[in-house]
Amino acid sequence: MTMRTMTYAEAIREAMAVAMETDERVFLMGEDVGIYGGAFGVENDLYERFGTERVRDTTISELGIVGMGVGAALTGMRPIVEIQFSDFSAQAMDQIVNQAAKIYFMVGGQASVPLVIRAPGGSGTGAAAQHSQSLEAWFAHIPGLKVVMPSNATDAGSLLLAALKDPNPVIVLEHKLLYKQSFQVPEVFPEVRLGEGHIEREGTDLTIVATSVEVQRAIEAAQHLAQEGISAEVIDPRTIRPLDTELILSSVEKTGRVLLVQEAVKFGGFMAEVSATITESRAFGSLQAPVRRLGGLDTPIPYNPRLEKASVPQVDDIVREATALVREW
Amino acid sequence: MRYGANLSPMTVVSDKEQAKGVLRDMWRIRLFEEAVEDLYGRGMMHGTMHLSIGQEAVPVGANRHLVDGDVITCTHRGHGHTIARGADLGRMMAELLGRENGYCKGRGGSMHIADVATGNLGANGIVAGGLPIAAGAGLSQKLRGTDNVTVCVHGDGAVGEGAWHEAMTLASMWDLPVVFLCENNQYGMSLPSLAAYKVEKLSDKAAGYGMPGETVDGNDVEAVADAVGRAVERARAGQGPSFVDAVTYRWRGHSKSDKNLYRSKQEIAEWREKDPIQRYAAGVLDAGLLTQDEIDTIQADVRQEIRDAVVFGTKGEEPTVEAMLAGVYAPDDFYAAEEAQA
Repeated sequence: MTMRTMTYAEAIREAMAVAMETDERVFLMGEDVGIYGGAFGVENDLYERFGTERVRDTTISELGIVGMGVGAALTGMRPIVEIQFSDFSAQAMDQIVNQAAKIYFMVGGQASVPLVIRAPGGSGTGAAAQHSQSLEAWFAHIPGLKVVMPSNATDAGSLLLAALKDPNPVIVLEHKLLYKQSFQVPEVFPEVRLGEGHIEREGTDLTIVATSVEVQRAIEAAQHLAQEGISAEVIDPRTIRPLDTELILSSVEKTGRVLLVQEAVKFGGFMAEVSATITESRAFGSLQAPVRRLGGLDTPIPYNPRLEKASVPQVDDIVREATALVREW
Repeated sequence: MRYGANLSPMTVVSDKEQAKGVLRDMWRIRLFEEAVEDLYGRGMMHGTMHLSIGQEAVPVGANRHLVDGDVITCTHRGHGHTIARGADLGRMMAELLGRENGYCKGRGGSMHIADVATGNLGANGIVAGGLPIAAGAGLSQKLRGTDNVTVCVHGDGAVGEGAWHEAMTLASMWDLPVVFLCENNQYGMSLPSLAAYKVEKLSDKAAGYGMPGETVDGNDVEAVADAVGRAVERARAGQGPSFVDAVTYRWRGHSKSDKNLYRSKQEIAEWREKDPIQRYAAGVLDAGLLTQDEIDTIQADVRQEIRDAVVFGTKGEEPTVEAMLAGVYAPDDFYAAEEAQA
């Protein structure tokens, strides 16, 4: 397969362009997605290519934007709405949680909400406490929502296209640090199903399950671990709701050790769900060590760059924790 | 000055069949809700419900100028609009009884009743929740190149919500075909709207969004129909959204927990004197449009429809946990038939 070099942001832009070219129902709404090109440059020239009817600059109005996406989705369109920073989803929570997630259920299946909400999360850009959170657990907790967290450019494209084909509301949590990162991407985004995880690297000594930017850190950590003679398998669930439980359990059964890594605050985080899923399952008997989690410290994301870095798991943390799991158990 | 102090005399009507339809629809709403109240009182219906008894002129008037493809969004007090739009009373009653043959298979109940086939996207348990959704439906109608419109029904309580402001702003910015219809029963649960909003009338707010606003007697079905009609016409012509404030009054409490501590018996009695149904019946009788016999026949026919609806509802199956769990997410092929057709 011919590969090309592409950033994560470019992949998202291309997927949106492909969707708009092939499906006239698809359009994009958000703050500064037009001439500004998006706060992170994701949209760039989409506005010139598709015009102001399909790439729509909105008022600063997260609740309004998401709600309009719900209404348009209910009546035959396939909207993509962008929340400029995922933190601002707090402003839109009624439309996400009480409306989009529940309408199909509440109306007994008379209508559904095929809406895609894109929102960048994560720390590492010096944006401090209100622009750096990882809030996936909020959404994963709500029946009726699907939640996607692409960790690389190919998945960012494929998962966005899969989300647009899904008849349910899908939240795509992108990562700000990944936007400018380059990846090798196939000419055409491979088709994926929401709920299908991926083994990023095979290994035999332990399983590392990670999400979003932590997948990239886990892959780098696995390279260091290999030099120490530790073979780590890295799994990216890609979609956290629905979750590819089978992929995770099979890997844990094989390796007998598991390290769960998320950027989000550890307490009450999504990896607690993964941990419980493992220990409640048939894989429990295969465990040779306790299930361990690495997550964000119990603090809002700070401004100071040294503190910011220390607040979420870095490559060194993963190497240290994985080594302990293998050597001490 | 209280709302209603300067209500105009009832608008005169002249079309006999239309008059019959108006009376039939208003009685359907009134008698449906009285039946619901009775079932609840006898312990046959559970949960809570929000009755619109006394407000029937608003839904019936608002529906007059709507056609196929038009959309409405509704409030938690939404039985009236659902009925006026043409919903089946049996399936509605079944829904309120929580049965599988109800509109929402018993998953939604009174507060989430919807009839998507008639363009009714549903009642909404969140005050002002329907506003951005209505604006989105209007955007969709515009993007799809239709001349359809969306009527966004909300209460006076919604006017204080951020969602109201955001939806009005966006609909106005994009000239969307939306009619923001405030079914103003004058209380946001217990708070009088006149105490909350420092304007003489709610329609004064519309100017702040660059859209026309009109306050009308919400107990006069023809006045509501005319005002909504003007707004619908403007929306169909691509001239953008309007705001209509239809002032009415709910006779019953906000919900079942209401002890009416915030208003006087005298006030309620005064508004009962302005009963939109009796007022309309008297008007058409005076005008010689319908005879007393004809009016009585319409009412008797509706009474029978309601009895049939209760029977239909109570005969419905109880839904199962398995079916409920299978109905949380739409299946992958939910749109397959529609997409194959396209």
